[in-house]
Amino acid sequence: MATLNIEIDGKPLQVESGDTIMDAANQAGITIPHFCYHKKLSIAANCRMCLVQVEKAPKPLPACATPVTDGMKVHTRSEYAINAQKAVMEFLLINHPLDCPICDQGGECTLQDLAVGYGGSASRYQEIKRVVREKNLGPLIATDMTRCIHCSRCVRFGQEIAGVMELGMAGRGEHTEVMPFLESQVASELSGNVIDLCPVGALTSKPFRYTARTWELSRRPSISPHDSLGSNLEVHVKDNKVMRVLPRENEDVNECWLADRDRFSYEGLNTAERLTQPMIKQGGQWVETTWQAALEHVADKLKAIPADRIGALSTPYRPAEELFLLQKLMRGLGSGNVDHRLRQSDFSLDDKAHGGFWLGMPVTYMSRLNRMLVVGSNLRKDHPLMAHRIRESVRWYGELNLINAAEDEFLGKVHAKRIVAPSQLAAALAGVCVALAGLKNLPVPAIAAHGVVDDTARKMAESISGGETRAVFLGNMAQHHPTYAQIHALAQEVARLAGASFGVLGEAANSVGAMAVGAVPHHGPLGQAAIKGLNAQQMLAQPLSAYLLLGVETELDTHDPVSAMASINAADFVVVMSPYKGKSLDYADVLLPIAPWTETSGTFINTEGRVQSFSAVVKPLGETRPAWKVLRVLGNFLGLAGFDHNDTQDVLRDALGDTPIGNVQAYLNNEIGDVSVMPPRLQEGLERVAEVPIYQTDAVVRRSPSLQMTQDAALPVARMHSKLIAKLGLAENGRVSVRQTASALTLKVQRDDLLPDNCVRIPSGHPLTAGLGPMFGPITAEPV
Amino acid sequence: MSLLKPTPQVCSWTQALDHPASLATYVANGGYQALRRVVTEQMPADVIIGELKTSALRGRGGAGFPTGLKWSFMPRAFPGDKYIVCNSDEGEPGTFKDRDILRYNPHQLIEGMAIAGYVLGARVGYNYIHGEIFEIYEIFERALKEAREAGYLGDQLFGTDFCFQLHAHHGYGAYICGEETALLESIEGKKGQPRFKPPFPASFGLYGKPTTINNTETLASVPWIVQHGGQAFLELGKPNNGGPKLFSVSGHVNKPGNYEVPLGTPFSELLQMAGGVRNGHKLKAVIPGGSSAPVLPGAIMMDCTMDFDSIAKAGSMLGSGAVIVMDETVCMVRALERLSYFYHEESCGQCTPCREGTGWMYRIIHRIEHGQGRTEDLELLNSVAGHIGGHTICALGDAAAMPVQSFLKHFGDEFAYHVEHKRCMV
Repeated sequence: MATLNIEIDGKPLQVESGDTIMDAANQAGITIPHFCYHKKLSIAANCRMCLVQVEKAPKPLPACATPVTDGMKVHTRSEYAINAQKAVMEFLLINHPLDCPICDQGGECTLQDLAVGYGGSASRYQEIKRVVREKNLGPLIATDMTRCIHCSRCVRFGQEIAGVMELGMAGRGEHTEVMPFLESQVASELSGNVIDLCPVGALTSKPFRYTARTWELSRRPSISPHDSLGSNLEVHVKDNKVMRVLPRENEDVNECWLADRDRFSYEGLNTAERLTQPMIKQGGQWVETTWQAALEHVADKLKAIPADRIGALSTPYRPAEELFLLQKLMRGLGSGNVDHRLRQSDFSLDDKAHGGFWLGMPVTYMSRLNRMLVVGSNLRKDHPLMAHRIRESVRWYGELNLINAAEDEFLGKVHAKRIVAPSQLAAALAGVCVALAGLKNLPVPAIAAHGVVDDTARKMAESISGGETRAVFLGNMAQHHPTYAQIHALAQEVARLAGASFGVLGEAANSVGAMAVGAVPHHGPLGQAAIKGLNAQQMLAQPLSAYLLLGVETELDTHDPVSAMASINAADFVVVMSPYKGKSLDYADVLLPIAPWTETSGTFINTEGRVQSFSAVVKPLGETRPAWKVLRVLGNFLGLAGFDHNDTQDVLRDALGDTPIGNVQAYLNNEIGDVSVMPPRLQEGLERVAEVPIYQTDAVVRRSPSLQMTQDAALPVARMHSKLIAKLGLAENGRVSVRQTASALTLKVQRDDLLPDNCVRIPSGHPLTAGLGPMFGPITAEPV
Repeated sequence: MSLLKPTPQVCSWTQALDHPASLATYVANGGYQALRRVVTEQMPADVIIGELKTSALRGRGGAGFPTGLKWSFMPRAFPGDKYIVCNSDEGEPGTFKDRDILRYNPHQLIEGMAIAGYVLGARVGYNYIHGEIFEIYEIFERALKEAREAGYLGDQLFGTDFCFQLHAHHGYGAYICGEETALLESIEGKKGQPRFKPPFPASFGLYGKPTTINNTETLASVPWIVQHGGQAFLELGKPNNGGPKLFSVSGHVNKPGNYEVPLGTPFSELLQMAGGVRNGHKLKAVIPGGSSAPVLPGAIMMDCTMDFDSIAKAGSMLGSGAVIVMDETVCMVRALERLSYFYHEESCGQCTPCREGTGWMYRIIHRIEHGQGRTEDLELLNSVAGHIGGHTICALGDAAAMPVQSFLKHFGDEFAYHVEHKRCMV
């Protein structure tokens, strides 16, 4: 790239050729007013607000779209430029309603702001103003389309970032309108970003609507507690209440985007279902009590139970400090029965892993991969913004290969895909492994010896070994899979043979953090040796005497809710620490109200090992306390040593040492020791395929009313191939009775010809399907 | 009559013949000779571009850009697909010349496009035909079929390696699709909205490939130039304004129609060819180059010759050569109201000044015409037009602004009269 010398407002600058005037001005800290320009979107040059004077040009030029040329002299504030900008502003305002006092965008509106600088104090427009019919974009986005200035950012966002053009510009001239197609709603899992992108009040947040004015809000930084990306948040607070959540820009993590789950889940914080007072069940009745009494009661009970009969389970959505103290408490009591991998079913890697599983690369690299193989992942719904990064790679001519048990629209080009029944996932991977070995003239790894090569395997092998930057990723479904160890070992071999990076897409906000702080039965913090114990599956397969549940909603958060609930119900003493009452009212003996992430400080470690600490943004609700304090006091009551931390940073130091970032990086390792070969067996009959729906992942999301109204939160159905529907004598959209280990369940049949024809796809983690059984394995289906 | 001396006709010569659009007629009169010569003799592209430059052929679609220069921008060595596109999306009010070429002389356009394909290294061409002339589209499709069957289009023409496919594309009637980049978008199947330039079509055109876009009349002139030489073409017109041009004369004349006359012909002669102003009325005003061109008072026009330079000097544009003649009975406010309505209706809505401004201007003029004008309206109108012009992505904004400014400049007193007396002075 050649360097060009230009001058903006008399300021000499050196810029790269290919840059636009807008780029150059941004580098020089010169602000040029604009609406349609957005650094992450393509150039539209349609608002014309950034018109500037370029010497020797016959007319003002748009700074956003004009490439710099050597010797160019630009004036952004000359009378000529200002006149052009003012002219455009007048046009933008003539049909824009003067309803700022009742507009949610008021106070943070680009049009309002720029109108102060470039608008007239009175309008010369005396005609009738345009009125545009409202559009229904679904439960998340409110519209006031009359306010639209047609900058087309929302349309371009759909095409370029979300991967699906759900909004378009229809009509011509004055009748141009932004609208969804055929009265459909906007269903993208990234849709909320158009609210931020909209420079005016045409698209605003529906849940936030009319609840506060922007200038009343305190803006506090935080970290999202949902997916393993750890999106950076700016939480807006009024009167000690979270009013809304916006992205906090971080180019290395979430850029300027936010998934809808991160953006709208806050609604779940303010529900009536919040637990605000410690409660003890006495004689079958819940009695509110004090913290002192509740914790003494818990301590007394636990002291009376042998430590190895106590099980401690946490969701991976809790901060690292809490997870650390939970395992410290258990190990202090003399037991290693602690785990956070509630949906995992194959733990055989625990004694073979050399460290914590992680992405294997910085998140930013995901945007520039040439070749990718993703195994067992519902990318878009499990990792909305990482899916966006992979889409970006694909747009830059990267090749994406998928091996999965179900197919959901990726919204980008897929080079090769293989959709097989869950029991054949490892075999599919082995096929690629063998094809790769053949391609590279290397011996076939023992673990893949059973692999069968076909055209798809060869196509994937050729793809994944090409290009310059390559990666193999394992998704949530692979991690939940009953033969996870085989899949992990095979994927690692594929990566090794292809010369690709190998990574595990973390399941939850703190999957990596929970591993790192030792909230696992096989090692302590940072992989150090510690008292070993039972893993989540073992703890829940057979009843223990007591359970300590940290944020766990057993019937929704576990791999096999049926056996888990049976064990919990059979226990003598169950302590639930949760921000919510939920179903635990039925099975708990003590309920301790702990703070959701907005009411406590803490740390999430994302899938790339980024240690992100955050502070509380509001005060705890009622008698709610941060869980780390609860656990610390409980440790004191139990007479355990080392429970004297002053704050979460203290806890973090205790957990990860003085240099947490370096220590975590050193701990992370996807390498595993030899895994014994287990040729896949053909499963007779039907298999269940289960994913956790995007808006059922954790307790907060489940209680967000707006998210629960989206299409992604629709009631679970049984999805089947049309061949299977016919074979079973079922009717499409009819009803089917499905049964796993427990009672039968009647669901609606939905045709999904992308599924293997011996699979029934029924989501897990949903109240409706909680009574069914494990996420994978045999299932029967018959007409009702 | 000396005024109507027969001048060599480049595009409209077939109109005097029987079955003017047929291949037989065209070939019998020397048609496709130029293409055959170019292809079989492997004429170097630079030679043909040189002839075009000598000929001073300027784009007939409105901008008057030198065709030879435009063709020389095309990266002929670019590997991969390149396209030649003909803009027959003749939607400018007052213009009706291209449809006559397509109706009476389609093969000359086909031959011109094939030569262009040869010169520019394009193997595929598209002719984008305006949406409201379906009959003409069918005539052109018939001509394409004839040409394909006769081996003037297709693979390995005249036994050489040269291949050229030509397709007609029928638009849907939007004026904006006559803007070359909106036209490309439309061919690609998208909403017809102009692209921001740069990049220009020569580097990023149809489907992102190098593309040259010319007007129908321009391309139809190419075979003549190849056959007779650039110098001969230049001599038909005047320096810097080579060749004859089709003028679509409409409005208050006795014989409206298309007239192919040498560039540089005095306007008075053209007016006389068109039978003079109707009913012996006085000439009031002329829009010399289609509705987008600034209006000129009759007196000024009578001193002009019909060529790019002379009309530009007088403060207007030759444009597409649509001469709209208005006699003394015309209310200029009403005329402008109608023109402004057109641009208001045809704005694509993409960029702000045009989307918002064209409607504003129309509404002000509508008010004035209907006796609700205000004193400040004239200044406001002028200012709004000034704020649109030069601020938009494509030239439609300028096209909407120029009539307004020119009507106010030359006939401001009529507007003032309207505002003051709430009625027309004529």
